Amino acid sequence: MRNNQYVDFYIQVRETIRQHSCTVMNARREEAFRVFSANGFPSIKTERYKYTDVAQDFAPDYGIRLSADNAAHTEYCRPLSEADMDTEPYYNRIADTDDSIVALNTMLAVDALFIHVPRNTKARHPIQINNILKGQQDTMSNRRILIIMEEGAEADVIITDHAADQQHFLTNQVIEAYCGDNSRLNLYEIEETNLMCTRYSNVFIHEGRDCSVRHTVLTLFNGHTRNACRVRMAGENSATILNGCVIADKMQRVDNNTLIEHMVPGCSSQELYKYVLDDSATGAFAGKILVHKGAQKTSSAMTNANLCATRQTRMFTQPVLEIYADDVKCSHGSTVGQLNDQALFYMRQRGISLHEARLLLKAAFITEVIETIPLEALRDRLRLVVDKRMRGELSKCEGCRLC
Amino acid sequence: MLEIRNLHATINGKEILKGIDLTINDGEIHAVMGTNGAGKSTLSNVIVGNPAYQVTQGEIVFNGMNLLEMNTEERANAGIFLSFQQPVEIPGVSMTNFMRAAVNARYKALGREQLSAGDFLKLMREKRKLVELDSKLTGRSVNEGFSGGEKKRNEIFQMAMLEPDFCILDETDSGLDVDALRIVAEGFNKLRRPDTSAIVITHYRRLLDYLKPDIVHVLIDGRIIKTGGPELALEIDEKGFADYTAL
Repeated sequence: MRNNQYVDFYIQVRETIRQHSCTVMNARREEAFRVFSANGFPSIKTERYKYTDVAQDFAPDYGIRLSADNAAHTEYCRPLSEADMDTEPYYNRIADTDDSIVALNTMLAVDALFIHVPRNTKARHPIQINNILKGQQDTMSNRRILIIMEEGAEADVIITDHAADQQHFLTNQVIEAYCGDNSRLNLYEIEETNLMCTRYSNVFIHEGRDCSVRHTVLTLFNGHTRNACRVRMAGENSATILNGCVIADKMQRVDNNTLIEHMVPGCSSQELYKYVLDDSATGAFAGKILVHKGAQKTSSAMTNANLCATRQTRMFTQPVLEIYADDVKCSHGSTVGQLNDQALFYMRQRGISLHEARLLLKAAFITEVIETIPLEALRDRLRLVVDKRMRGELSKCEGCRLC
Repeated sequence: MLEIRNLHATINGKEILKGIDLTINDGEIHAVMGTNGAGKSTLSNVIVGNPAYQVTQGEIVFNGMNLLEMNTEERANAGIFLSFQQPVEIPGVSMTNFMRAAVNARYKALGREQLSAGDFLKLMREKRKLVELDSKLTGRSVNEGFSGGEKKRNEIFQMAMLEPDFCILDETDSGLDVDALRIVAEGFNKLRRPDTSAIVITHYRRLLDYLKPDIVHVLIDGRIIKTGGPELALEIDEKGFADYTAL
């Protein structure tokens, strides 16, 4: 399949897209089209895409929606077209505009969701966005979210992905989040889709000073997934936590790619990504911490721990530190291990079946990430979901009438 | 209860047990004493079915069942319990979830109804008191952050929960101070029914003073070279194994 099926498609429908979209998004569309048509899909020779065959994931003939969605309006959340401020200086600015996948999104996205938490305002309830993939034909969605946290703003944002129908769904998501000075953002992404779903996510976060940002990405059930998260810490004394967990089995593939840039002195960052792979699943983690010149007193720790339950699983891990300052504290570590035979034997001696013992150990491994989640209700629910997932009972999300 | 005939076993190709014969009747407590590396722990691991060990010859019959044809969990659910010399820490698996999975499996094997969540917690509380195990510990991950003594008490607590017919205490006394030893030993004595049998593996007499074995075996270099009454333990305590290892 040729890359330029998307180029041809865009040329045919660009006017329709423009009509259904808004000025801010249209303003960046042609530039994105030029980038995408010039570069095409990145090959696995591109370092940050080396674990994912992008062209193959985008090859199928997907239907693409050309009209705006009726996104829900809540206190802090509305369609970008109805933004309560000028978003032109923010839309597609911190996103990596040279990245073809991002460009494809910018080129094809018809609508965007705008989350705006004003100055010194605390969103009392978590803002939850549930994406439910439905339809009777194979569909690609280009989801776009712009988050602006003004100075001193606080919010929890939970974004979930579900699939209601057994079709091939391709999601290409771009999130840009601006965190003003002294703001707090907890952003969660939870994927519980199915084997026929492919997800590309590119998250860009820009932090001012004294920020507290936490991004947690949980891949609980999927087909092929590539999540990228790039954080730029541009103000002093900010703290970033990037956590992730992956449960994958069968032929599932999950690739997490992170970059944290320390631009200025005195910031801290922590990363913890844990994978449990079973059957013939493949996982990849590539994390980079880039400490720029002058970013003294940076404190950073990156950990990627992986459990491969069978010999058929594959895990690729690549933790990288790149440091141009001389007074920093940075660490990175990665482990790939198997289930602990002694623990399995101990449990079996107590009458617990091998199957159940493996389940308990796999769930225990992931627990460390779940327990870092500050939202108690979410944590409790995820404990339950993880247990069900491990038992193979997670095909439908519980309590949801749509799926 | 348990009948072992001409048992040979290896680990990583090395023969450790070189022909063990042992008969344990209902209600009997047998002590197995011997030097380091004589095969005491191998014997217990082979009885409970540790997959790391290979049985090359011989048989083990437990209440009429051929144990060697059963996997580890089937043996456990048939009523065999090993109190580990070094209990494993299992971070992230809570004592409660672990114990519930084990009790459910055992009850199923016994044909009993599964306990409700409330009854299960009540049972946990009740049995915990027996070995004076701190309630904080049952809220933690399995054995994680437990002291040596707490781990051993936790073993006896699990025994209390699972009500086995046959127990192996593998150096349960090691690492215990005098008070902890008394608590563990008295806990075991309170738990055992008249027909409960046990093998007690130890280097020392102290534990045997509490548990009062009916029969004492001396295991040296993979073979039982002497069997006697409780007085044999006293003799070994005084003279050591020198007389036997010289043979």
